[in-house]
Amino acid sequence: MFSFCTSPETLSDLAWMACYLTTGKHMAIYWSVGTVLLLLAITAPTALFFGFAGASAARSPLLPVQLLGRGYISVVRGVPDIAFFLFFVIALDQFFEWIRHEVKCPDWGEPIRQGNDFVVCAAAKLPLGNSAQWVHETYGFFLAVLTFAIVFGAFAANVLFGAMQAVPRAQMETAEAYGMSQRQCFWRILVPQMWVYALPGLSNLWMVLIKATPLLFLLGVEDIVYWARELGGAKTARFTDYPHGDWRMWYFMALLVFYLLFTRVSELVLDRIMRRLTHGQATTGGEAQRKTA
Amino acid sequence: MQKLLIGTAALALTAGMALAGSHSVVRMGTEGAYPPYNFINDAGEVDGFERELGDELCARAELTCEWVTNDWDSIIPNLVSGNYDTIIAGMSITAERDEVIDFTQNYTQPDPSAFLVKDGMMLDMTGGVFAAQANTIQASYIAEMGATLVEFATPDETIAAVRNGEADAVLADKAYLMPIAEENADLSLTDDNIMIGGGTGMGLRESDGELRAKFDAAIQTMKDDGSLNALIVKWEIGEGF
Repeated sequence: MFSFCTSPETLSDLAWMACYLTTGKHMAIYWSVGTVLLLLAITAPTALFFGFAGASAARSPLLPVQLLGRGYISVVRGVPDIAFFLFFVIALDQFFEWIRHEVKCPDWGEPIRQGNDFVVCAAAKLPLGNSAQWVHETYGFFLAVLTFAIVFGAFAANVLFGAMQAVPRAQMETAEAYGMSQRQCFWRILVPQMWVYALPGLSNLWMVLIKATPLLFLLGVEDIVYWARELGGAKTARFTDYPHGDWRMWYFMALLVFYLLFTRVSELVLDRIMRRLTHGQATTGGEAQRKTA
Repeated sequence: MQKLLIGTAALALTAGMALAGSHSVVRMGTEGAYPPYNFINDAGEVDGFERELGDELCARAELTCEWVTNDWDSIIPNLVSGNYDTIIAGMSITAERDEVIDFTQNYTQPDPSAFLVKDGMMLDMTGGVFAAQANTIQASYIAEMGATLVEFATPDETIAAVRNGEADAVLADKAYLMPIAEENADLSLTDDNIMIGGGTGMGLRESDGELRAKFDAAIQTMKDDGSLNALIVKWEIGEGF
């Protein structure tokens, strides 16, 4: 990176550190911070959407829809995360490829399962075998987003379902008495009021989601914990210009600071949102706000 | 006009690829944490004996290759489900693995495994605690030996376990342990050399016989003209052919 980095073994401590922290490998860990933040930024709203859909389905008067919603919530919540991440993603990937295979290569003679192997025609590969590495990585990333969204969506659905039940029945009755249709009651009365009940549960989920990102490496996405372990491990002089002992403690310390700061900022933001949502609600919090105002 | 040209070129390219079969690009899966076989260099790229070997094999077999790193634990499941096409990660050829995937001929001799201990430590072969990377031939060797086995996900963690006293010794490929023993005054290798496994080979899907034949032939030509031996000497992998 810097011009003086050509022979690191002659450098003073500070310059050595500057060179060491800007190697191509360290750039990868800085990028992976971005990857994690991006993953959270995309996953959180997607999971919330899954959760909302799941909760609405679970409340549906139509029995099949209701069973679907309830089934989703209880099945996904019951499966251990790590099993889900090891098994489900490969299965999901194979499912997509199988569908594409059926569409694109209808006259393929061989079976798809050959012993342990999963073989589809070349045109059905996802992403195509000849696409660039970044395409593979992006695809892996979105598989990760989808998996996270499904898992956390189930938890969010349960929280939202509870929140919807918690909205005082009197509010809904009043709306019905005014002649609102079911749909109007739902969107105008229930949904705006439920968030205040949902937020504590959702904020828990958000914190868990932040800490769950190291599961990314199971999906082949190189996240910060992977790089911290890789960079911090002892390095011998034969294979690097920057040999050092076991520095994992320092790298993990940096991760600790990163995660603590991140959760702290999240807490502050969530507190603000909570204050806004409480405003004018028929809860003790809302009542307290009204009195001080 | 330019768009038209690019379009035609793309069409020609895809047509060519369709002709070349399923392997217009061969994705090479490796771990990237096992020097000198494979590791991530300062620039963040895959490097090491297998990188050089793999690039040479691809050149000889006239394939376009791309390198992918994957966690060791899930390296075989991801191969059979088609996320990459070969495993080239210092993987010893064993009967158990051969049931799930296919191997090319070996490109290193059966490499002696060695014990790395804290200096002056006496090994207790049955009562001791031994560290090894999970899912390796060394791990199953220790398990069969009857000693206590502690497994770690990465090779690096096994060394740390000996350092902090969690394990008495690490059992791993000698080529991996040698530079570590040389550079650390507090660690040394014992004199036992244990021969396990049938050498390392490239792993491929069992349904991918054509690609396996290509790599097999390329490895043979490298064995014949001595270039494989030169690489083995350069990276200090062990005995040549």
